[in-house]
Amino acid sequence: MNAQIVRLFVLFAVLFAVLVAFTSRWTVFEAQSLADNQNNRRPLIEEQQIPRGLILARDGRTVLARSLPEGRGKNRTFVRTYPQGGLFAHPIGYSFITNGRRSLELSRNADLAGQEDEFESLFAGLEGREREGLDVVTNLDVAGTQAAVAGLAGRKGSVVAIEPQTGKVRVMVSIPEYDPNLIPSDIGRLERDRANQPLLNRSTQELYPPGSTFKVVTAAAAMDSGKVNPDSVIDGSSPREISGVPLSNSGGQSFGPISFTDALTNSVNTVFAQVGERVGRNTMVEYMRRFGFYSDPELDYPNFQMIPSGIINGDGDYVTDGFDVGRVAIGQGGLEGEIRSSPMQMALVAAAIGNRGRLMKPRLTDRVVRKDGRVKERVQPDLQSQVVKPEVADQLGQMMGRVVEEGTGTAAALSGITVAGKTGTAEVGANREFTQPWFIAFAPIENPRMAIAVTLERQPAGSQGGTVAAPIARSVLEALLGGGG
Amino acid sequence: MSARTRELFGLLPVSLLVAAGFAAVLTTRTADVSDATLTYGAVFLGLCVLAHLFIRARLPDADPYIFPLAALLAAVGLVVIYRIDAELAREQAQWFVVGLILFCATILVVRDHHVLERYRYLIAAGSIALLLMPRIPGVGQQVNGAFLAIHLGPIQFQPAEFAKLGIIVFLASYLRETADVLLRPRLRPLPFARQLLIFGLPALATLLLVLALDLGPAGSILLIVFVASLVAVLRERPSPKHFGPLLLIWGLAMLMLIFIRDLGSSLMFFGGFLSLLYVATGRLSLVGVGSTMFFGGAFFLARTVAHVEERVDVWLDPFDPRLVDDEGYQIAQSLFAQADGGLFGQGFGRALLELPGGGIILPAAHTDLIYSVFVNEVGLFGAAGLLGAYLLLVFRGFKTALLAGDGFSKLLATGLTAVLALQVFVIVGGVTRVIPLTGVTLPFVSYGGSSIVANMVLLALLLIVSDKARSERLRRGGLV
Repeated sequence: MNAQIVRLFVLFAVLFAVLVAFTSRWTVFEAQSLADNQNNRRPLIEEQQIPRGLILARDGRTVLARSLPEGRGKNRTFVRTYPQGGLFAHPIGYSFITNGRRSLELSRNADLAGQEDEFESLFAGLEGREREGLDVVTNLDVAGTQAAVAGLAGRKGSVVAIEPQTGKVRVMVSIPEYDPNLIPSDIGRLERDRANQPLLNRSTQELYPPGSTFKVVTAAAAMDSGKVNPDSVIDGSSPREISGVPLSNSGGQSFGPISFTDALTNSVNTVFAQVGERVGRNTMVEYMRRFGFYSDPELDYPNFQMIPSGIINGDGDYVTDGFDVGRVAIGQGGLEGEIRSSPMQMALVAAAIGNRGRLMKPRLTDRVVRKDGRVKERVQPDLQSQVVKPEVADQLGQMMGRVVEEGTGTAAALSGITVAGKTGTAEVGANREFTQPWFIAFAPIENPRMAIAVTLERQPAGSQGGTVAAPIARSVLEALLGGGG
Repeated sequence: MSARTRELFGLLPVSLLVAAGFAAVLTTRTADVSDATLTYGAVFLGLCVLAHLFIRARLPDADPYIFPLAALLAAVGLVVIYRIDAELAREQAQWFVVGLILFCATILVVRDHHVLERYRYLIAAGSIALLLMPRIPGVGQQVNGAFLAIHLGPIQFQPAEFAKLGIIVFLASYLRETADVLLRPRLRPLPFARQLLIFGLPALATLLLVLALDLGPAGSILLIVFVASLVAVLRERPSPKHFGPLLLIWGLAMLMLIFIRDLGSSLMFFGGFLSLLYVATGRLSLVGVGSTMFFGGAFFLARTVAHVEERVDVWLDPFDPRLVDDEGYQIAQSLFAQADGGLFGQGFGRALLELPGGGIILPAAHTDLIYSVFVNEVGLFGAAGLLGAYLLLVFRGFKTALLAGDGFSKLLATGLTAVLALQVFVIVGGVTRVIPLTGVTLPFVSYGGSSIVANMVLLALLLIVSDKARSERLRRGGLV
């Protein structure tokens, strides 16, 4: 009998091991998916009972989001309020028990809710510390954001400003905005407002034809791959047959043989279409990928609130081949593939050129701070890719400087600060009766401290990037750089 | 160091745990500090020391770790229940006192466990009667579809807890006798043609049945194991006189399953029976026949009895939108509570049990789901520790069985330990979704008077066997 008794014990040992294995399945391996299960109210209840961290602007003082206590004792809960109303709604988002979370409130939820890893919470329990949220200090600039909102003046559109050398996002404005304080009562109405879509972050979630601003990408690809240089001479007469269909310059203006630099200054379509064809589809796509096209921006922002920019065909699919590279090169395209970009992506293009060809990952967060003042995490600048050689970036920067100095972008010129930019005016609408004005830039040219992209939706015909978008960029750059940044 | 001194030292961690546990719970409830709560922690300890002294007097050679381990488990139970409801904790402590009294009474009355063999049929009949009592209308009570409880005026208890002791005593005695008959000498190898017939025909029949009944993979495996085991058994042309009773016991188990309608207790009893059968005869084929028939019956029941089917559906997918707020609520919340616990738990006394503004988020926290509360408070590490403590207890129980000198003692110790281990497996397995959730209690930890008292008696019996076994060994100059 003894042998059987021993074997029986082994069986029980195995069964108990199974129990431990299943317990570890729920406590460790599948714990996160259980916590995220929509039927699980524990995380929501627990977070309602602790003070959620503050969200602050870059100055470390202006409060963008805070939790106010309600009730006392055991029934004390915290309610989120947004002192700045709708001004920072799109980058910050909201967090409410019944409505869920959005934007930075969602992507930084773990820190804001004070979620610690297992060992930290063990020590906290031993020390008798209560759980509390950590504060998030963002890179957002109050003055710049206010200038952007004032500049757009209620017109639908977006302004994105990024520091080229660090990737810090200083401004991310999308109009129309919404007031996060009103989400619990108004979310239904906001979601149903299909005409305005106030919950849509146009900076990251909407794609527009970039128009001539895309010539910067074309120029970068052409110069870095050695197909042209700033002094190359190309025939700029109009119209010119591109892919079997005639293409005209803006206003039908015909230039003869013209230098590449001058072609950028005057935004000559026929020149750039030829340059695009010289670059070829594969190289064009490769440089686009280096700029960040075809993926979500590497922003600390929820993925479902971002869309990759790229060449999209008539069925809505992203394509990397079979498109009219000549027309894509000038920021347009056709049914086989049309270039469409988010404002964030174009701002990243400007930032990369401004940072001597080094694209830094965009970041909304600067640092995460505990309530006692200790810094838990300081977000360091992170290189995403070396898009073009530094010399090419310098040359392109000089060329873009000419655009602002004497070309289409003179409205962006600031006194005392040199600006490098590019205008764009895409024709949109079923009958091309509207325009999408664009302006991308960085400043100052010698040691760029800011890059920006401005665009407006569906402006009346005749509205140009240079006349409508550039002035807005100017006032935002002034607010960001004029006061020392 | 003598066994009893080791036992006394073994009570030290218990006292530390009680102190630390209650202190932790108290500090999270600063409004509820009261001296009374601290004193009954001290009283608990005092009782344990008293029991230890009693054991020292009457069972000087018993295993030194069994009682401290049980006390440890009971202490854990008290701390967790205290966190859930101080009133329930007080009641649990009172039942613990009753349990200790019966513990001492058992040791006093049953000097030699062999005396139980004389009354085995009486004990068996009594146990069956206890099991069937909850079905008597007016007296019995259906809880969650299972007939497990009795309500006799002010008295409410679960007779199954006591019945399991009686059945084990009976089986241990019965199987010891019939084991010799069931154990047959090795057979001569049969001629090839006969072998073909004996193995080929059943294999063919199995194949045909699988195809005809369109059994799924689980059903097919069950059938194959059943047929294989049956062939092995029938090869020896068993006599009905000896296999009859076994079939009878199996039949009773199935009837129990049908009448009481609780998967958990049935599994526990039948598992205990099969464990004893295996240890007594050493024949896996018998275990094969028995277990496949049980699972077959259980499958059948799962299809026909509504509440059993419900339990199985919930086990398979607790998050099904139709079930998650209703029948699946218990197991879903149990899983959420465990996930919330993580590696180290939320801390003693910090389990979230209520919704703000009232309402319960973890139903039956003090009984069925007490393991979930425990995991929530002390995490995976604490839970592994708890299961480790149970395994240690099981280990000491089986060690006792190994040391015992005669068949009945071995089987008794084995059986008692096996049902304890199975009970732990059934409830923890149900709470962690290894098997469907059932209404069995976690021994020593769960709130429940019948459970505590019955398990204390189980402990007493085990210690009696242990004392006899170890003192004999020591006398013969062996190692214990």
